Amino acid sequence: MSGRPSLCPTDPGEVLARHQTLLQRSPLQRASSLAIPVALALLTAFAIWWLEIPFSQILTGLSSLAKFVALMFPPSTGGHLALLVKAMEETLAIAFLGTLIATVMAFPISFFAASNTTPHPLVRFLVRRALDTIRSVDALIWALVFVGVVGLGPFAGILAIAVSDTGALGKLFSEAIESTDARGRESVLASGGTQLLAVRFGLLPQVLPIIAGQILYYFESNVRSATIIGIVGAGGIGLQLSEQIRTYDFDQVAFAVIMILVTVAVIDVISGKLRFAIIGRRAVG
Amino acid sequence: MTSRILSLSPARLEVLVSDYQRKIARRRWQSLLALAILAVLIAVAGKVGEVSPANLIDNISNFTSYFSRILPRIRTETFGADVADWYWNITGWLKLLLDTVLIAYLATLIGAGGAFVMSFLAAANLAPSSWLRWCIKRLFEFCRTVPDLVFALMFVSAFGLGPLAGILAISIHTFGTLGKLFTEAIENIDMKPVEGVRSTGSRFVDIVRFAALPQVISTFASYTLLRFEINVRSGSVVGMVGAGGIGQDLFVAIRKFYYTDVSAILLMIIVCVAAIDLLTEQIRHKLSGGSENR
Repeated sequence: MSGRPSLCPTDPGEVLARHQTLLQRSPLQRASSLAIPVALALLTAFAIWWLEIPFSQILTGLSSLAKFVALMFPPSTGGHLALLVKAMEETLAIAFLGTLIATVMAFPISFFAASNTTPHPLVRFLVRRALDTIRSVDALIWALVFVGVVGLGPFAGILAIAVSDTGALGKLFSEAIESTDARGRESVLASGGTQLLAVRFGLLPQVLPIIAGQILYYFESNVRSATIIGIVGAGGIGLQLSEQIRTYDFDQVAFAVIMILVTVAVIDVISGKLRFAIIGRRAVG
Repeated sequence: MTSRILSLSPARLEVLVSDYQRKIARRRWQSLLALAILAVLIAVAGKVGEVSPANLIDNISNFTSYFSRILPRIRTETFGADVADWYWNITGWLKLLLDTVLIAYLATLIGAGGAFVMSFLAAANLAPSSWLRWCIKRLFEFCRTVPDLVFALMFVSAFGLGPLAGILAISIHTFGTLGKLFTEAIENIDMKPVEGVRSTGSRFVDIVRFAALPQVISTFASYTLLRFEINVRSGSVVGMVGAGGIGQDLFVAIRKFYYTDVSAILLMIIVCVAAIDLLTEQIRHKLSGGSENR
């Protein structure tokens, strides 16, 4: 007992005094922990002033939103069920083929963008910047461009998703390749294998499960993006959805939204099952 | 010294080899089956998606000529004048770009704030009531599944044209995605501090503040910064439906074939997104102490 402070001190003040250095923070620490909220608040005030947000419109807006929501019930197909189902099929096709093409394009590119497989650091730098550039243009803008190239229709949407996801998947794949253990490749090289064999037997087994998980994740997210790409005429349910909102047919909007929700939920369950089958429950991130 | 390599009897070897070959054969069949399913899916999707490579090949010249047309003519002898001509509306576009960034900022702030509050109620290990948890999870799902442009379209009808509609639309989407990520981060925390604080008879708010929050706050900040970058990109698009930001001008430029304007605005967006990407990446590395755990 002697020499050790008791766990239940009779005097709480004594405990406070003993750990003063831990409990009290310097004025500088206090100021710095205040600085972030103050900076955020100032930026918020500036943003509200700069964007001239009309607070008077919020109430009227909310009341018209309430009207829209009231109009949504009961949801109705408006007699276009076949059209909506076809549009939803198109949406799924766009997401599936878009992801597939993006994968096929991004996979070889990613080896040039990964530091441990690139032929030259300069190549890596250029490929990375190219991928970043593709990525910073939204899929919808790519869709507008491709509508100009191949005309209206789902094919333009497929190409748009394929191109914009090549940027994102290329980056993710290259990061997966960089995080691999070099020993697998080294042992293949040591036993007389070529670089190609080293990649095939030393590197691919390490990255394939990660890549498969990422592809499935992107497929899910592309089903969501493909629902909107139709707004610019690139196929899918977005065209119907935007027309219905513009013509205030909110019961049909509600039906289309429910269709999207159900489809996305089903896709999520299926791809979740596939992902568990491929990489196991533990590694889902 | 005797050799320590044990040689197997031929009979035993036979069994092992045939076993191995059977397993390999089965895996081959499985791969073939998966490939066949994939091929069928591709064929069906190609039919539904009206894929026509011929169309693409016929018109690929449109694509390349599009890019050559949107590039400005810049000659070395009149360099300054050409650039000035290319960026004839630089002040207007810069203002719109600032609009876009601020829309993204406010939307991230609102969405992250809402997700922050709700995620503690939605995490399986902290949630005070299971039906509330179920409702919040469905709300997150709804908010991230309905595309932000659909919300933007509705809000433009309700609140009028302008950035307000864009802010609300993006913040709803941010709320849904960050809510899910935040909830997962909370579900992965170490439960010992929670038990410690709970054993002192604390309320839910105290448990969150002193046991859960210190473990997740840097992850939250990192996700929020990542989302901010994504939102700047969405902010450049909501303008297409009249919800503020630079998207409006970009949309008009693309639709009306003001070629050099397209490249000028796109270049501004790309540079802006890249700058924000670099900045947030620096901050995120600091937050995670230099070691990303994803």
